[in-house]
Amino acid sequence: MEGIVAEIMAKYNYWIYVVLMMIGFYAMIGKRNLVKKLLGMNIFQTSIILFFVSTGAKKGGSIPILDKQAALQGAVDVNLVVNPLPHVLMLTAIVVGVSVTGVALAVMLRIYRKYGTLEEDEILHKIETE
Amino acid sequence: MKSNLHMYVMAAPLLTAFLVNAWGRSNRKIIAPMVLGALALSTLLAIIVLKQTLGSGSLSYTVGAWTPPWGIELLVDPLSALMLLLISAVSFIATFAAVPCVKRDLEDRQHIFFTLYLILIAGLMGLVLTADAFNLYVMLEITSITTYGLIALGRGRAPLSSFNYIIMGSVGASFYLLGVGYLYLLTGTLNLADIARYLPALQGSAAMATALAFILVGLWIKMAFFPLHGWLPRAYSDAPDGAGVLIAPLMTKVTIYLMVRLMLTFQSPEFLLMSMDVRTLVIWVAAIGIICASSLALAQRNLKQMLTYIIIAEVGYMVGGAWLANDQGLTGALLHIVNDALMTLCLFLAAVAISYRTGGLGFDRLKGLYRRMPWTMAFFTVGAFSMIGIPPTCGFFSKWYLLLGGIEAGQWEFVVALIFSSLVNAVLFFRIIELAYFSRPEEGASSEHLPLERQEAPWSMLTPLAVTAGLLIVVGLGTGPLVDNVIRLMIPVAF
Repeated sequence: MEGIVAEIMAKYNYWIYVVLMMIGFYAMIGKRNLVKKLLGMNIFQTSIILFFVSTGAKKGGSIPILDKQAALQGAVDVNLVVNPLPHVLMLTAIVVGVSVTGVALAVMLRIYRKYGTLEEDEILHKIETE
Repeated sequence: MKSNLHMYVMAAPLLTAFLVNAWGRSNRKIIAPMVLGALALSTLLAIIVLKQTLGSGSLSYTVGAWTPPWGIELLVDPLSALMLLLISAVSFIATFAAVPCVKRDLEDRQHIFFTLYLILIAGLMGLVLTADAFNLYVMLEITSITTYGLIALGRGRAPLSSFNYIIMGSVGASFYLLGVGYLYLLTGTLNLADIARYLPALQGSAAMATALAFILVGLWIKMAFFPLHGWLPRAYSDAPDGAGVLIAPLMTKVTIYLMVRLMLTFQSPEFLLMSMDVRTLVIWVAAIGIICASSLALAQRNLKQMLTYIIIAEVGYMVGGAWLANDQGLTGALLHIVNDALMTLCLFLAAVAISYRTGGLGFDRLKGLYRRMPWTMAFFTVGAFSMIGIPPTCGFFSKWYLLLGGIEAGQWEFVVALIFSSLVNAVLFFRIIELAYFSRPEEGASSEHLPLERQEAPWSMLTPLAVTAGLLIVVGLGTGPLVDNVIRLMIPVAF
């Protein structure tokens, strides 16, 4: 038992990413309300952002702003600097996520104006009885 | 060789998109000439790029002068030049038919429609050009987001279909991104060619298998590979006609191209991505998918919905062909990407022309169509023959390569599925031909909007349809040179 706890604690950020991902996945597949589905999608994307950001992090790492002279002379210890690339990638991924959410919200608005509800079952019922 | 010619192919639609949005609002008349002009320019440049790559190998452009493997590289080799030409030519042809549809359906929102339309085309071109795994994700999402918007512009339940597509599409893109994350952890690079250099050393590692599984499942969702196809039929049949003619031929095909490209980049004869068991499993799934999707197509009572299920069956052809991993199978899969784009374009152009005149695509509206729209139906028949696989249309040749590949690899279930699907396609299309040729519309309520006099589709729809039907035969007859000069170049000799 203690071994498992120690194992989880050692890599807790990756465990949180997996748990978040499963929560998001469940909301997208299991929930019948469109807003909850969208929120699930956002949680899902956030978990991936957490995954990427943790891959760049280092224990005791400082911000990756380097002194030019030191960098040119090779005097920078890479183990003391956080890897900035995953963070930069995630900036782009956040922008993509926000755009998708925006489009989804706009589409949802049109669905609500048309059917007067955001419950998937009720919408499908209304489509069938039309 | 360094060159920036292929950048102009992509830049033309991208920059025109913003101009269309800015000027098209006040002056609707200039939208169509601008869109067509940009796409004509792209097509011309794509032809030149293809010629150059055939002469001097691949062209490369480094964005912002950050040299690869650190910076993003946009690379074009003969195969991606062929895809670039396919995308620009298909979108150029499709636009002629899209313009009158959009004018009718979305009168005051034409500039918005064509802005999304052009960005989608630029995104597709970007997907083909990029040689960077993360850039590929961004391009994938650019094409997806514009597609969501275009589909939501449709009538009826289109917004709901678009929403379901958003959820599924985002899951696919997220899986892909996750896979790229694992690959980055393993190799420390995002450049595809650079990743490929490090992968053989990782053979047998569980992390690499996870990474590739995530990437593949992500792409499979995006290309609607059976059983992940649930979003496609409604999304494509509810899309406005003007968007359907562009999305249906290109979106799934470009995603399949990406899968094949990743497979060709990552694996070498000494290093295969997946074990034999996984390969066999994928081919089995493809075979089952082909059979199920073909059977579902039989159950449809609407031409457009029937075509969407045929698209799903065709995805199975290409995925299965690529995973056969022999010379014939890969040739067949790549050739079928080109052919299937043209066949789908032909059938969708015909469907759009029919619904433009009859107002719908239910089977009861197709009765007596050979008398009303003889030319449209003649070209539709060419497309249908190609889908069934009757020579000399191009559909026959790629199916032939796929069959040979299946036999060579001893994957008989794939061969059976291909033959079954061809037979089902024959039933499907001859049923429509019979309806349109022999049945007369019933007397009474339905006959008032179905007069029997000749009422051909407008020229702007008939001309692209005729060109596409001609292309089906030209490409079919030109299969030999196309395979020898372009497609074979890209397949490693040892396969």
